[in-house]
Amino acid sequence: MSAPLLQTSGLTIRFGGVTAVDGVDFTLKESELRCLIGPNGAGKSTFFKLLTGQLHPSEGHVHLRGQDISGARPHEIARQGVGIKTQVPNVFNALSVQENLWIAARHKHTPGFATELTEKILTQLHLTGIATKEVGQLAHGQRQWVEIGTVLAGEPELILLDEPAAGMTHEEVERTAELILEINKSRALIVVEHDMQFIKMIARTVTVLHQGAVLIEDDVARVLEDARVRDVYLGKGLAA
Amino acid sequence: MHLLNGMIGALVGSAVAAAFILTAPLYVDLFQIMQLTVFAAMAVLALSLGFIWGYGGILCFGQTSFFGLGAYAYAVSAINFGDSTPAILLAILVPVIFAALLGYFMIYGGISDVYLGVITLTVSLILFNLVNSTAGDFYKIGDARLGGFNGMPGVPTFNLPGNPGYILTPEQAWMVTGIALILVYLGLRLLIASSFGRIIIAIRENETRAALLGYDPRIYKLITFMIGGAIAGFAGALYVNWGAFVSPTIFALGLSAQIIIWVIIGGRGTLIGPVIGCLLLQWMVTEIGAQQALDANFILGAILIVFVLLVPKGIAPTLRDLVMLRLGQEKTAPPEVSVKVKT
Repeated sequence: MSAPLLQTSGLTIRFGGVTAVDGVDFTLKESELRCLIGPNGAGKSTFFKLLTGQLHPSEGHVHLRGQDISGARPHEIARQGVGIKTQVPNVFNALSVQENLWIAARHKHTPGFATELTEKILTQLHLTGIATKEVGQLAHGQRQWVEIGTVLAGEPELILLDEPAAGMTHEEVERTAELILEINKSRALIVVEHDMQFIKMIARTVTVLHQGAVLIEDDVARVLEDARVRDVYLGKGLAA
Repeated sequence: MHLLNGMIGALVGSAVAAAFILTAPLYVDLFQIMQLTVFAAMAVLALSLGFIWGYGGILCFGQTSFFGLGAYAYAVSAINFGDSTPAILLAILVPVIFAALLGYFMIYGGISDVYLGVITLTVSLILFNLVNSTAGDFYKIGDARLGGFNGMPGVPTFNLPGNPGYILTPEQAWMVTGIALILVYLGLRLLIASSFGRIIIAIRENETRAALLGYDPRIYKLITFMIGGAIAGFAGALYVNWGAFVSPTIFALGLSAQIIIWVIIGGRGTLIGPVIGCLLLQWMVTEIGAQQALDANFILGAILIVFVLLVPKGIAPTLRDLVMLRLGQEKTAPPEVSVKVKT
């Protein structure tokens, strides 16, 4: 059997005395869609930063298709086919929407093809109307879409989305959910989200992080019924 | 399309400027031609910082390091070879190598922007002191005595390529310097319009995002820094050609600060801005220098403060915004744009 798309083993990072991610073993199959939930401070965004090389693990490893990428730099991991939409939008503010996507597409493609691909994604995401607008001038929800578009334009094989529905209206959330299912037809995704309605729209398998460690990993229905998960979210606390 | 329009504007402007440069000796006296020549050489230096700071986001406080190294490299090789052509090439090559080494340690060492400014400034001051202490017969390269604080007088000026016997007249040197300024300007415009240019602007905007898309910000920044060094070194050769003289003051703090003021006042994030800022301020300083009532540095400082407070974007971007606003009002009013910032 070939190696899974993504596998972490004993992934740990400590900041001084705080262990933000604590021995996480996580496996993602090819073209899987996984939701990652957990209360604030559970280590979800830190986990993403470890996967993308923005932080380097204190212990443990990240393997992408069997290749060890722990300790690699962000641009090296991006070249291996991992794209991320970060929690706080990371976009090129002074550039137009079109230019943001073009820069992403240009990495793999010739300028001409990058322009074509950009047009395609602009249409897919209904961004054509604001294509020439400066991204710094856009509302938060639109900036999120621009960043998702930028990630898609990079044509990664694994897409990490950190709170893609945050700050969006109800219709935008529904469109985002549809988009994620659409993307998942050809690519694997890991989605971090707080919005349970949103999770119910897209989730199959859900991993719950709590205090840096995996609390439970199961089918979405079972996870949402789980007493421990409810405790964690209601803030009763759980003796570690 | 937008890009193409901008490029046409640049070409038309350059053609007008070139026509002036080539005809100026007919109606401008020699003294003023000489003045314009040094202004143009300095404008090339202003472009080098305008490029790396305005587009690459690298605030180099010691752009004079490369300017001075280029000037000295030109002077030393022109004296030794007796031919300006290889000397000009070395005036570009030596600063590029120096920029590559310095830039490598700073950029790959992960030095933050502020410290990069401090380090580059310090390097220019070290070079100043180093060259300043090269008086005496001991310090010579080939036939060229470095001369310490007295500098190097009598440096051969530009000759026709391949014909060292034919020295350019001051009018011809002016044309060469003026046209060189236009070519550097157009070259940088093309570079910015290219994929490389788009990518360095993207890195300036958000280094993290660029890295997460697979671009290594370090190599792009290093190349940008080296291009800035090459242009500053070339400006150094143009400067020595103007005065046939170079001294360590070329590395001194005063000039380092002036270049930054040119770029701030002319407008960061444009190329024409630094050129305008440089020409305007040099002209003003010369005019002020002709009278005794007010000190030039005092006026320069006052202008800088006024600009930082009232025209923070600088001349060129402010003018551009005004024109865009007028054009926009004639067509349709721009739609209201709401900006929400997540806290």
